[in-house]
Amino acid sequence: MSAPATISLAEAERGTSLWQDAWRRLRRNRLAVCGLFVLVFFIVIALLTPWLAPYGYAQQNLELGATPPSAAHWLGTDIFGRDLLTLMLYGGRISLAVGFIATAVALLIGVTWGAIAGYAGGRIDAVMMRLVDILYALPFMIFIVLLMVVFGRNMLLLFLAIGAVEWLTMARIMRAQVQSLRQQEFVEAAISLGLSPAAIIRRHLVPNALGPIIVYTTLTIPSVMLLEAFLSFLGLGVQPPQTSWGLLISYGAESMEEYPWLLVFPGLALTLTLFSLNFLGDGLRDALDVRGARD
Amino acid sequence: MWHFVGYRVLQAIPVLLVVITVTFFLVRIAPGGPFDSEKAVIPEVQAALEAQYRLNLTLWQQYTAYLGDLSRGDLGPSFKYPGRSVNELIAAGFPVTAELGFYALLVALFIGGAAGIIASLRPNTAQDYVPMSAAMIGICMPSFLLGPMLILVFGIYLDWLPVSGWGDSPGDKILPSITLGSAYAAYIARLSRAGMLEVLSQDYIRTARAKGLPEWQVVLKHALRGGLLPVVAFLGPAFAGLLSGSFVVETIFQIPGLGRFYVQAAFNRDYTMILGSTVFLATLIVLFNLLSDILAAWMNPRLRAQYGER
Repeated sequence: MSAPATISLAEAERGTSLWQDAWRRLRRNRLAVCGLFVLVFFIVIALLTPWLAPYGYAQQNLELGATPPSAAHWLGTDIFGRDLLTLMLYGGRISLAVGFIATAVALLIGVTWGAIAGYAGGRIDAVMMRLVDILYALPFMIFIVLLMVVFGRNMLLLFLAIGAVEWLTMARIMRAQVQSLRQQEFVEAAISLGLSPAAIIRRHLVPNALGPIIVYTTLTIPSVMLLEAFLSFLGLGVQPPQTSWGLLISYGAESMEEYPWLLVFPGLALTLTLFSLNFLGDGLRDALDVRGARD
Repeated sequence: MWHFVGYRVLQAIPVLLVVITVTFFLVRIAPGGPFDSEKAVIPEVQAALEAQYRLNLTLWQQYTAYLGDLSRGDLGPSFKYPGRSVNELIAAGFPVTAELGFYALLVALFIGGAAGIIASLRPNTAQDYVPMSAAMIGICMPSFLLGPMLILVFGIYLDWLPVSGWGDSPGDKILPSITLGSAYAAYIARLSRAGMLEVLSQDYIRTARAKGLPEWQVVLKHALRGGLLPVVAFLGPAFAGLLSGSFVVETIFQIPGLGRFYVQAAFNRDYTMILGSTVFLATLIVLFNLLSDILAAWMNPRLRAQYGER
């Protein structure tokens, strides 16, 4: 579509959509906008890391050892003389990737499961949601530790395990949305037009439940990143030579007395990202007027 | 009410069975036998060891035998510490973890509850923003970062408090309890603020104010019970979080609790210890979820009525 020079009558009549409204409200929330900026900044940096990193990823300099921040090494070096900024750039890639991919896994399972349960109703719904109830009561944190011990520290497994924990709330939110939507006329109209249930869910129900899904997704990413960092800190998550912010924090904590910058900078990066995501999530919740996505 | 309790108890049983079964088979299919790292042993010794740990039986026989042991409260012998049973290891570690969790919960409830109530009294003013921003920091600052930072500031730079141990020197319980409790204080602050805001706008609070009660009585006697309901419902999940959070905090502060044993067992591949403590912790978590749900239902007149009718 070419950009019209003036606003046509049809466009003026259309008024503002829900999304435009939400965007306007979000922009007025200064913290959320800051969060969005920080996040976009980190994502761009993570994507460009191979070109941005000042040093090689595994480039050691044992003679140099740990040095505080300097002109050559902006954030200092670790005990092997590796550039901390480079490590944090690569670590951030993994931390963010775990956050986004595991959340995507959770999103896919949760939305599908919740939509089917809510749409089908009756006995299918009862069985599906009882299963969610039972899984909810499982102490998953302990199970993830167990999985990591039994099957070794495998990145794919990490994504799957974390995603498998986080889909439960998503399924509940989606089911509640679908239950209230499917009473409405446009769904009846779609049914009477002969659309298949799968098409109705995909084309009519999911788009209309997008608000809560987006809000909850934004709030899931930080909790997933925290979980990854928690596991890496215990030595059960990301394994060297790969690194993540959680792993860097764990190394930093070991030598913080002599080299505090090794703890402080990765800690700042992780905390800042979590802050941004949480503020953005809260802002989106207010902007889209979603209740109960948190608390 | 009894319907609700019965329903929740019935739900807890399959959960526990799933936990026991999944853990048992996960541990059994784990690569590497428990004695692989040892030097070559004479076949007779090997056989005797396998018999002692029932490894000579079929998987199904092992499973049923384990269930039988469990029903008698016996978690079996430890693989790595010969002569010690998993029960003994748990009995040694759990009191420490329970004490740590208790103090952390106190920190969370008092600081979080107070912050939430204070914030709810004047919403959207500085009195609201300051404690709520602090709560956001608490949520975003993971315990494995907060703990080392606290050690660095209060233990090393200021040299006010001991940096490790549990009950060895005065004050060494303060930093671990704060580290573990702070994230939950933050969640509780948010929950109690939301709960109090909702309650404070209701008619019965206006009535209480209209009949001339002093404000502190309105807040502490009338609003608090309803306003803290979400916090009570959160206690179950919080307890589960505290137990797994203790893995990290006990590692950081070198506290000889169950969390540290668990992580060590995970690294040592002490399978019976992993299995036993998983079952033990899972049972505790399921029980606490059950209790917190029942307590929340009992405190909530609407829910009580809903289940009372049936």
